[in-house]
Amino acid sequence: MHHNTVKIEHLSYRYPDGRLALNKVSLRIEAGEKVALIGPNGAGKSTLLLHLNGLLLPQAGSVRVCDIEVTKENVAHVRSAVGLVFQDPNDQLFSPTVFEDIAYGLIYRGLPEPEIRQRVHWALEAVGMGSYAKRVTYHLSLGEKKRIAIATVLPLDPDILVLDEPTAGLDPRARRELIALLDSLPITQLIATHDLALASTLCERTVVMDEGEIVADGPSEVVLAHSDLLLAHGLA
Amino acid sequence: MTPFVLERHVRGSSLIHRLDPRAKVGVALAFILSVAFLPAGAWPAYLLLGALWLAIVLMAELPARLIVARLALTTPFLLSAVPLLVTTPGNARWTLPWGWVITDEGVTRTTSILLRSILSVGMAIVLTATTPTLQLFSSLQALGLPRSMVAIFNLMWRYLFVLVSEAQRLLRARAARSGVLRSTKTNKGRASGGTLAWRARVTGHLAGSLLIRSLERAERTYDAMCARGYDGTVRTLPLPPLSSRQRLLAVGTALGLLLVPWLATILWK
Amino acid sequence: MLASRVAMHIPDGFLSVWLSLALWVSAVVILGYALRRTNRALGERHVPLMGVLSAAIFAGQMLNFSVTGGTSGHLIGAALATALLGPWASIIVMSCVVAVQALVFQDGGLLALGANLVNMAVIGVAVAHFAYTTSQRLFQRKPWMLTASAFVAGWLSVFVASLACALELALSGTSPANIAVPAMAGVHALIGIGEGLITAGALLFVQAVRPDLVQNRASTSSTTGNETRAVWVGGLAIAVILTLIAPWASSHPDGLEWVAEQHGFLGNARGPLYQIIPDYLVPGIADERVATVLAGIIGVVIVSVTAFSVGSSRRRRNTTGDATA
Repeated sequence: MHHNTVKIEHLSYRYPDGRLALNKVSLRIEAGEKVALIGPNGAGKSTLLLHLNGLLLPQAGSVRVCDIEVTKENVAHVRSAVGLVFQDPNDQLFSPTVFEDIAYGLIYRGLPEPEIRQRVHWALEAVGMGSYAKRVTYHLSLGEKKRIAIATVLPLDPDILVLDEPTAGLDPRARRELIALLDSLPITQLIATHDLALASTLCERTVVMDEGEIVADGPSEVVLAHSDLLLAHGLA
Repeated sequence: MTPFVLERHVRGSSLIHRLDPRAKVGVALAFILSVAFLPAGAWPAYLLLGALWLAIVLMAELPARLIVARLALTTPFLLSAVPLLVTTPGNARWTLPWGWVITDEGVTRTTSILLRSILSVGMAIVLTATTPTLQLFSSLQALGLPRSMVAIFNLMWRYLFVLVSEAQRLLRARAARSGVLRSTKTNKGRASGGTLAWRARVTGHLAGSLLIRSLERAERTYDAMCARGYDGTVRTLPLPPLSSRQRLLAVGTALGLLLVPWLATILWK
Repeated sequence: MLASRVAMHIPDGFLSVWLSLALWVSAVVILGYALRRTNRALGERHVPLMGVLSAAIFAGQMLNFSVTGGTSGHLIGAALATALLGPWASIIVMSCVVAVQALVFQDGGLLALGANLVNMAVIGVAVAHFAYTTSQRLFQRKPWMLTASAFVAGWLSVFVASLACALELALSGTSPANIAVPAMAGVHALIGIGEGLITAGALLFVQAVRPDLVQNRASTSSTTGNETRAVWVGGLAIAVILTLIAPWASSHPDGLEWVAEQHGFLGNARGPLYQIIPDYLVPGIADERVATVLAGIIGVVIVSVTAFSVGSSRRRRNTTGDATA
């Protein structure tokens, strides 16, 4: 457990076509926190998330995850520490069966087979899908896929779970189950979402982003009650 | 990769940009053909065609960086012609270690191949940099390509960037889960990355996933086309007629270009 | 970023004109037939299906896996397409990919496009089809049938296509056969392994997820039709001929050059078409240096005049304000 799980300082990023996606963003996340990152479409939430495991490298400023600086050389180590769950599980799940998808990261790490089996089983149980190991990922429902996607990053023992729109597209029951699942995981979490109810139920801290900058950062019950703020930034 | 980035130079207003794409394609092909017919070693002809090409590049007002960068992509293949330096029979010029001898004829042949290649690719670069891709496809129709093929090309172009992004997202998802633990006392020295065969197999999974989704997307595209009245025949608006001035210019230039290798063969000994 | 990682797209300037044209004609004929067959088999669907799948194969060629250090293996896709779409549709799809690579990305020449189409779209597909059909019949009841046939099809399609490429270069006098053939064959024997593995992985995936999509060719020919049989025969013939010629050419490079010279390939200049005006009627420019200097002067004049007029027209455009992007 690290004191400073995530330390982002003055991070800036400009897309190849010239658009400024992030403008000197600074953010700190401590171990054990569950933080919601809210903001309108195009605010830069996904771009910020992609920096956390080195899929994008900082053009200016710095990103440190568990005291590892995110640079080209450290990228493989950073990815061990960060479990990034994408918005569309279809992009995340690329193996034929559930078992193989969850085992991917473990095989990549070179773990011995008995340990792999054990960890996969544990991850499936943690997301409440213990019997799904032999199922074909492709045929599962969206809610099931989202939970499997989370299960693919759990067995790697990440220090932080980073999720992009976890409840998007889910029906009310699947949504409730997902929120309950995230609540049950004791791991540090950063969740980008439009779902304000998720933010207030699950996360004790909420950060508001708009146009590449952080415009508010505080306890969820305070930030989410601030209706003028939410309206001004396209969230209400 | 977006069409924006690929076609950033096609909206220019130079003379070349404003030519009808059919004329441009015709002249470009004539140029490439005449370069191909140039006899090896007829340097004046190469110089002439090179100057013509340079003139066209100037007229098109294209940045040198672009031309050089795209030319550089063909360099790997040039290596295949290098052995000709020593294997062509003729007058010895330089002797290298291990008994290899570079001959005059070898130098002539290799240089000719190099120049032919650079000129041809250079012309193709000018063509694509000054013509929007969809116009290129439709001018192929004028050259005899069946309409259904043009329609297939257009659809391919439409979905190319969508599917390339999908492929990139798949690669990202794989990269995100390809983490390596820092060496600690417990896992020191353990090799990571899986076996080669496993990595190839996973890449196969990505490919299979991409293809299945594309097949299903193709079905949806077909449904959308049917919903708008598609019945199997490809109908498009007719291309505007090629102005006689441009036609004359194109045909004249093409013939002039084809004269060059012919003259070179007669005059050059 | 988008240049093909496989060294099989021949640029212009490397093949003799007559060989290029002959291969162009072959490509056009075969493609035309493939288009008609696909239209008949798939009907209205064939345009959207071919279009989207061509884009998919193009995108699929970006998928890679690291081999060692900095090198990585990539998918080409002829074998994979053939497994999912059958030979004729795959010829169309691979042709689109190769053609767009040449036209838009200058990956492969325009005159040489005919040769590249024949190598990668026709030979690659025909050989893959032959390999699938045969190995599926041979390994019919084995559990690893799919993996094995996919691997063989993938490997063969790459390897045989590379032989064709090498022989074309040798016939054109661009690269001596005893160097081109072993070089191409050696490199692509390795690349073929990657292709085989990826194809196998992809088919296993498809088999697990949408088994209906994998075409089963172990069934007897009555369902596949005579023309598909023709592709099988064609694939076999091509594979056999090329694998026999290649080692022969490799050990007799002069033999191939002799053939090339007889048919006027080398130097491209001594063909009958150009010997219209006999030498003595035209006062040939005897001194090479004079000719070169003359050409140089003409060239400089052309370029200077162009540069000047472009510059002044640009200035005129800027001042009158009609330089719209």
